[in-house]
Amino acid sequence: MTASEFAHSIPPGFVLLIGAGLVPLLRGRLRDAYLLMLPVVGLLHLVSLETGSYVQTSVLSLEIIVLRVDQIALIFGYIFYIATFVSVIYALHVKRAFEHVAALTYAGSAIGAVFAGDLITLFVFWELTAVTSVFLIFGRQTPRAYRAGMRYLVVQIGSGVLLLAGTILHYLDTNSVEFGHLGIVSPATTLIFIAFGVKCAFPLLHNWLQDAYPEATVTGTVFLSAFTTKLAVYALARGYAGTEMLVWIGATMTAFPIFYAVIENDLRRVLAYSLNNQLGFMVTGIGIGTEMALNGTISHAFSHILYKALLFMSMGAVLYRVGTIKGSELGGLYKSMPWTATFCIVGAASISAFPLFSGFISKALIITAAAENGYFITWLILLFASAGVFHHSGIKIPYFAFFAHDSGKRCEEAPRNMLVAMAIAAALCIGIGVYPHVLYSILPFPVDFQPYTPTHVLTQLQLLLFSALAFAVLIRTGVYPPELKSTNLDSDWLYRRLGPLAVGAVLRRVDHAAGLLKNGAKTQLKELVDGISRHHGPEGAMARTWPTGATALWVAILLGAFLVASFYV
Amino acid sequence: MIAAHYAALQVVAPLIAAPLCVLLRRGIPAWLVTVAISWIALAIAIQLLIQVLATGTISYELGGWAAPWGIEYRVDSVNAFVLLIVSGISAVTAPYAHKTVVKEIPEDRHYLFYAAYLLCLTGLLGIAITGDAFNVFVFLEISSLSSYVLISLGSERKALTAAYQYLVMGTIGATFFLIGVGLIYAMTGTLNMADIATRLDAVENTRTVLAAFAFITVGLGLKLALFPLHLWLPNAYAYAPSAVTVLLAATATKVAIYTMLRFVFTLFGSDFALDVTFLAEFLMALALVGVFAASITAIFQNNVKRMLAYSSVAQVGYMLLGVSFFSVTGLTGGIVHLFNHAMMKGALFMALGAVFYRLGSVHIDRMRGLGKQMPLTMFAFVLGGLSLIGLPLTVGFISKWYLILAALERGWWPIAGLILLSSLLAVAYIWRVVEAAYFRDPATHHPRATEAPPALLVPTWILVLANFYFGIDTSVTVGIADNAAKVLLGSGG
Repeated sequence: MTASEFAHSIPPGFVLLIGAGLVPLLRGRLRDAYLLMLPVVGLLHLVSLETGSYVQTSVLSLEIIVLRVDQIALIFGYIFYIATFVSVIYALHVKRAFEHVAALTYAGSAIGAVFAGDLITLFVFWELTAVTSVFLIFGRQTPRAYRAGMRYLVVQIGSGVLLLAGTILHYLDTNSVEFGHLGIVSPATTLIFIAFGVKCAFPLLHNWLQDAYPEATVTGTVFLSAFTTKLAVYALARGYAGTEMLVWIGATMTAFPIFYAVIENDLRRVLAYSLNNQLGFMVTGIGIGTEMALNGTISHAFSHILYKALLFMSMGAVLYRVGTIKGSELGGLYKSMPWTATFCIVGAASISAFPLFSGFISKALIITAAAENGYFITWLILLFASAGVFHHSGIKIPYFAFFAHDSGKRCEEAPRNMLVAMAIAAALCIGIGVYPHVLYSILPFPVDFQPYTPTHVLTQLQLLLFSALAFAVLIRTGVYPPELKSTNLDSDWLYRRLGPLAVGAVLRRVDHAAGLLKNGAKTQLKELVDGISRHHGPEGAMARTWPTGATALWVAILLGAFLVASFYV
Repeated sequence: MIAAHYAALQVVAPLIAAPLCVLLRRGIPAWLVTVAISWIALAIAIQLLIQVLATGTISYELGGWAAPWGIEYRVDSVNAFVLLIVSGISAVTAPYAHKTVVKEIPEDRHYLFYAAYLLCLTGLLGIAITGDAFNVFVFLEISSLSSYVLISLGSERKALTAAYQYLVMGTIGATFFLIGVGLIYAMTGTLNMADIATRLDAVENTRTVLAAFAFITVGLGLKLALFPLHLWLPNAYAYAPSAVTVLLAATATKVAIYTMLRFVFTLFGSDFALDVTFLAEFLMALALVGVFAASITAIFQNNVKRMLAYSSVAQVGYMLLGVSFFSVTGLTGGIVHLFNHAMMKGALFMALGAVFYRLGSVHIDRMRGLGKQMPLTMFAFVLGGLSLIGLPLTVGFISKWYLILAALERGWWPIAGLILLSSLLAVAYIWRVVEAAYFRDPATHHPRATEAPPALLVPTWILVLANFYFGIDTSVTVGIADNAAKVLLGSGG
């Protein structure tokens, strides 16, 4: 086997998975260099792969394809490695080795999953992403983070179990575990669909995301934002492209998190909601399923990973320096952290899809595909959602953190490694926005789309400028209150005028009712556990040290039952 | 020349070494003999396995007496696999034993410990290798009597009661087994297993044979800790010396399960068991109840050794569940789980032994914050626990995979669901330990523990790594188990 053949037999994720093992042994600058080297080596390895090369083995009499290279896998591989590289730079100052190991193995698992050619391999990496990423949440080392991490783990493992169950059934149905187009055609593929949906944070399956991401470490959230959900988007795009249901699921996903994002005070949680909203665009694209829509989904995933990471990085830097990320306690930080503020605005412009920023050239593909394929209502929802994104991510995030009322907080600018990471991400955001054809050229399908036509640019600018105008008027007239000490922003009357709050209030009510139900269920559950504990606890009947006679009795009973059954039935 | 006598040497080597230990009267030489013999036994077992896979069943006539009259040792892929499990576990446990024995057992009894250990090994290997029904009983008693002694050497006073209870209960089981063998002898006039198998057909429908079948399965059910005949097991495992727990938990119940497989499938035949008796239904019901009842009980245990002991009862349930499908896939799952469970429980009990070595306790409250104090030991425990839960890439996953596949093959959906559900219970009890060790601060009034010595860590990690190796490369274990299942079901192999 030649060296290049050997290189081609290594699944890309293993570069990080195995490479992470050495991290605890290294210290200081050597470790920094090693950490930076890993994603670069991985990316070079990826570039050297040729499409179509497979690593096949047979395990448990199943055809396992550990490595399958095609255009859609490659593009996710590229962006995952780029995200790893940027996030690693951002996390360089972290001393504890286990956080680096967790982050690298997590990224490696996600990359491995993308190149999985069969459902079993996919499942293995699927679960690995869950098990490794939870340490990025535990790493915060607060009781809150611990509990959020446990909830996250339960959901993620649950998703894996569904995937496995679906896989087994699919194997029994079709005698194959290859991961190609599945479609919702049988109970098996439905289970797999739900498994993907959990990880993709479909509406009503989404709570783990907003619950866990804001509780993770400063650097951990940046990693988390890049991989888990985009892996799910990839899996959906591969398995369920053109599934009509996804159009509606996606449209719902774009719209409903906006209301939550508006009433949320924890700015990293706001970003988590807007992450959900962005996923909605991608899911819609998958549902439409045309070449253009899929191109849109994939390119949107590509640019989304960058600007979302950029936003999480800037908010992480604020949290790192100030110690809080509550919108009501921040403000005026542009004086202390001018660079962070600038990068944050670049991220905000990208997510809001300003022309010349990355979001514009990718989101346009999806929205145009929706319009061209006759999804008029979907198209309207997507436009509304675009305006919503601009409101909560484009304006709210930078405004409350860096401008608004001066909180009087003064701190240092973000650490140098964080600034470098943000600078790279920001440069990529702008680069993609200015030179869209670089990104278009690596998409799986040929792109026949010109983002910078007068119509596109004008429509988008109208949308954005009117949003901005509304915001500016509200600020000018003093309706937008400068101080927000309460954590419950939704109690603020202003938002009622804008409408969403009405929905917000309803949602709160529902939450409240759900809370009451939950408490009821809790008492019931406690009684159940107490009951079990009475029988199974250390002193319970099941665990007591029984007299010898009990066994003799059981032996007699079993023998008797067995003989009676055999003789007379 | 010597290769022809491997079958005999497998049993004779430890049998002769046991009195040698008594003659040595010193702990360390006796230990060295035990280690050497365990390794020799492993080498022989591997040789036998290779031979069986290459040339088929080996028959060895002990003392040159021809089969129906003399005692025959008969090795096929089923028991060659069991021999490999028993001797393999012993080969890692014996080096591990020294440190824990020094800590837990008074010095004047060390040589007796090793003598009993070797006798126990003799018994377990003998049960597996022999082709003679009465000989099984003899070896069963050798292994049982020596394990009563081994358990009673535990450092807590409760070890004595536990051993005594096990003695009484174990004797009931052995007696039942003997009654069954006696009834078969009465009906067929032979004790050679192969001979019995051919002669039983003629008298299959007599009540005597049915009674023999019932006595044997119930008697063995007790030895293999079939729920609810498991009452002896939790205390015996919990209070035995650390090394003994490893050896017994990883091998004793497996050998009993092997014996049941041998009697049910080879002697009586699966047709008889399926058509005439209700063994499949009984086993499946008891196995499922056992899996859940024992797992739930394990969740509430505060003595971690006892927790894992209950988990063993549950795991026996999985093996029997596989058997109760009476299909190649199910049996493959059951048999491969014999091996896989030995790997995972061996690793877990070894890690606990290392904890006991440093703390003198395995109470869950004492293990708080241990993740920082004994990182390697606790990480081994976590990995072993993941295997127990059935995470992919570990052996636990392979077992569950085959069990679920076997359930679905028969179209028994609910059972596949129950298998998955029961895995969650394992998550719960393993998590209790992980939470205590990694997320709780140690109680301040206890001295800080230091990492376990390499003599304990190396064997532990060998088993932990085996959990992953055999979880990824399943060609050896699943290959043999599949072959064994086909041999048992009489469909070639």
